[in-house]
Amino acid sequence: MIGFLVRRLANYVVLCLVATFLAFALASTTFDPIAVLEQRNPPPPAAVLDAKREALRLDEPIPQRFLSWVGGVVHGDFGRTVTDRPVADELPRRAGVSLRLFLVGVVLGVVFGVILGVVSAIRQYKLSDYLATLFSFIILSTPVFVLGTLLKQPAQSFNELIGTNYLQTLGESTPGFDGSWFASLGDRLRYLIVPTATIALGQIAYYSRYQRSAMLDVLGSDFLRTAQAKGLTRRRALFKHGLRTALIPMATLFAFGFGLLITGGTFTERIFGWYGMGDWLVVGVATQDANIVATVTLFIAVLVLVSGWLSDVLYAALDPRVRV
Amino acid sequence: MTAADKPFDGPVLEVDDLRVSFPSEDGRVTAVRGLGYAVSPGEVLGIVGESGSGKSVSSLAVMGLLPDSARVTGSIRFQGRELLGLGDAELSRLRGRRVSMVFQDPLSALTPVYTVGDQIAEALLAHGRGRVSKQQAANRAVELLDLVGIPNARERAKAFPHEFSGGMRQRAVIAIAIANDPDLIIADEPTTALDVTVQAQVLEVLKTAQEVTGAGIVIITHDLGVVAGFADRLMVMYAGRAVETGQVDEVYTRPRMPYTLGLLGSIPRLDAAEKQPLVPIEGQPPSLTDLPPGCPFAPRCPMVVDACLTEEPPLSLVGAVGAGEEHRAACIRSADIAERDPAAAEVFGVATIGEPAIAAVPRAEREVVLSVEDLVKSFPVTKGTVFRRRVGEVRAVDGISFDIRAGETLGLVGESGCGKTTTLMEILGLDKLMGGRISVLGEPTDRLDKARRKAIRRDLQVVFQDPQASLDPRMPISDVLAEPMQVHGFSAARIAERVPALLDLVGLRREHGSRYPAEFSGGQRQRIGIARALALRPRLIVLDEPVSALDVSIQAGVINLLDELKAELGLSYLFVAHDLSVVRHIADRVAVMYLGKIVEIGEVDRVFAAPEHPYTQALLSAIPIPDPAKERVRERIILTGDLPSPADPPTGCRFHTRCFVYAAMPEDRRSVCVDTEPALNGSGDHSSACHFARSREVV
Repeated sequence: MIGFLVRRLANYVVLCLVATFLAFALASTTFDPIAVLEQRNPPPPAAVLDAKREALRLDEPIPQRFLSWVGGVVHGDFGRTVTDRPVADELPRRAGVSLRLFLVGVVLGVVFGVILGVVSAIRQYKLSDYLATLFSFIILSTPVFVLGTLLKQPAQSFNELIGTNYLQTLGESTPGFDGSWFASLGDRLRYLIVPTATIALGQIAYYSRYQRSAMLDVLGSDFLRTAQAKGLTRRRALFKHGLRTALIPMATLFAFGFGLLITGGTFTERIFGWYGMGDWLVVGVATQDANIVATVTLFIAVLVLVSGWLSDVLYAALDPRVRV
Repeated sequence: MTAADKPFDGPVLEVDDLRVSFPSEDGRVTAVRGLGYAVSPGEVLGIVGESGSGKSVSSLAVMGLLPDSARVTGSIRFQGRELLGLGDAELSRLRGRRVSMVFQDPLSALTPVYTVGDQIAEALLAHGRGRVSKQQAANRAVELLDLVGIPNARERAKAFPHEFSGGMRQRAVIAIAIANDPDLIIADEPTTALDVTVQAQVLEVLKTAQEVTGAGIVIITHDLGVVAGFADRLMVMYAGRAVETGQVDEVYTRPRMPYTLGLLGSIPRLDAAEKQPLVPIEGQPPSLTDLPPGCPFAPRCPMVVDACLTEEPPLSLVGAVGAGEEHRAACIRSADIAERDPAAAEVFGVATIGEPAIAAVPRAEREVVLSVEDLVKSFPVTKGTVFRRRVGEVRAVDGISFDIRAGETLGLVGESGCGKTTTLMEILGLDKLMGGRISVLGEPTDRLDKARRKAIRRDLQVVFQDPQASLDPRMPISDVLAEPMQVHGFSAARIAERVPALLDLVGLRREHGSRYPAEFSGGQRQRIGIARALALRPRLIVLDEPVSALDVSIQAGVINLLDELKAELGLSYLFVAHDLSVVRHIADRVAVMYLGKIVEIGEVDRVFAAPEHPYTQALLSAIPIPDPAKERVRERIILTGDLPSPADPPTGCRFHTRCFVYAAMPEDRRSVCVDTEPALNGSGDHSSACHFARSREVV
């Protein structure tokens, strides 16, 4: 099993390279940073443009540029931006911002999604099931940017209710906030709540639908009946035998759910003024910067594949039948 | 000690006026309508009935395991204590400790994510919290596994359910059921999903379980053979009610309700040397949503009189054998039946089916319709996903030969995994073979061009096992029947003429042509499948377990139909089945397969009357005969273990690992079984592949 997981991981390194190359090649062929410079008024002198072209190595073939970029990445150098700043300088801060949003979102999404799905399945065709279904479908059919904007409203009302501006909906921390580590954590939390809710709601809706149907399959199963025939109460049988088995299909979904999360993340970051990776991608496209696009793609590819790998591990941990 | 723990000397279980209903789209379905019975300590009650008769629902009601939507009324008393109305917490203290249950499908009855040992131990821990330690429970689980006959129990307890075969899983479920020494075990079709040899093993284990626990047993089954040997008392259910109850011998020899009579006549008998037509019970069980007044069996009953339609007869006494051993039947004509004591065929009026004209011609002079020589088919076993490599092969079929002559039926039998279906698929494929040769009507199939292959398909048709899955649910029946003819370029006029004729031929009404498959019952759907196979006027029909998905009374009708068609149209059949009684009834010759080889082949009466191969003997002796007197004195050959993996078959004679003859022989004599593979040998039309072939009567 360990060998299998190691091999999987090795496969993923290749996949990461392929994904990044595709993004890099696509960006390099369509982006034209020199044209952006030429648009300036007054237009920069030709020598400046040539120097820029030289610096960005636009004359080299794309695979060669990609290889030298990858060569740099191995040493922690992600190339320079169009504005001539090292990409690597900004990477850790932006990655940290995004990870904070994504990780909290995914944990909340999985936990509450599973709970909602299970409750919904056990109370099938009762009011709570209908309400959960309604909630899920409304959330799933609402684009993230609409949802994010809408959520600002109740946050505002909440602030008015308690009389202070506790819930913040712009930025990720109070500018110039100075205090102990703990106080700073509290400060960041105020900014984190609404954006995280935006992301987590979509995830909850997504996971709860699948968990509900997985649980319904298990509810009618023979082994649940055996467990009860053995003398377990219904509740105990449901949790020990039912839920445990119904979690298995969720492990595979985890990998896909993460992709959804990242798409949502890009919009969420823009809406709430978080300068994370998703925001950066938008900036990279706006400034016609292939290096930024490739870096963000690599970051996302790593996240998606790590989550895919984690779902393999999770699957094997949950289901003895696939352990090889 | 709680009140329930006191010794109680009445019946273990008393059910009175039990009614269970479920909501459905067509209104409330009353699955059980006023059922009453009692089980004494140590007694085995067999409940028999067709699907939908309410037998499973009533036992789930006893366990309190029906879904919340079920409405249950009446009374269920366990050792005098009323169970209806108890909450889940109270019932769960009884379940598994005093009353336990064995379910039908062992493959899904165990939770896939916990080890077998843990699941057995859980039954002990659930009732002994605080008194039983985890270690004690685990040790006891190993003892229990050993008791139900799992070899190497300490190791196997750590295995997950998917590492167990079906038979072993059912043993594990039985181990769970007897873990707390219950007073009542309810076994709901405990052997239906298993092969016959494994069924015999599991029934044996259940018997042991009863001896060990002294529990009363309720065994629910549709197999009258299983009840005959196992039960003391019998209750026949129809449409949610008991229609006949009594001592097993009494009911089998003197059935007093036409339904029981029909049911007993509808099963093909392994012990019937002479071919008697089966008794089909026409029609289907009534819908339980809206029952008309009167006896629910009346629409299907040949003895129906006007009075049957006005009032449902109560279960009344028709005879008593001894003290407390009453024979009851719910039929107003039971006195008439008692007076005449007729045979089922007489009551239900079965016409005898003639032999096809060609049967008069000696076999050797008849045309060979299908010949299979040294057929080999293996499947590679591969490893790895990116770089697939071959690590071995499964020889599903390993050099088998047989032929089928005009107007003849060959039954191909064996347990699951023996290669029956692979053989059939190779024949139907009409394609290049891995090894050997198949000829249809004298034409070898491996050199066919496209046009010839299509032409041969007209002569070779197939009927599948699952009548539901083999019909497109969105096609009306007339289209289903017309399709093969369209493919083969029949004119529209000819098709229009032929479709109603086909419906007539299989006993369906012409106006059924416009209906969809969903509107038919299982038996009718199988008739449609047969009609489709007949559309092109084939010479040979391959039947893959055509009746195994049907209830016995319906099965009889389909078997009779196949017999009639053969006589009328001079067809040849290749009949693949695991039910040897059916094969004995329908086949002229039989081939027994074991792990990809034919171990015995020959004329059906000779093989069944004097089987020579130990495997055939075991297979035949494992099949219960629906005759209590015979069944109780029969000596049963119980095979040990499961089918070995076909990827790694035993050397020499493949059967030697499970062979009782081999096991009983001294070391020096039996080495030949391990070293040399026996060839098929025999005289006349009966040969077997065994070094120590000796005929033995087992039926």
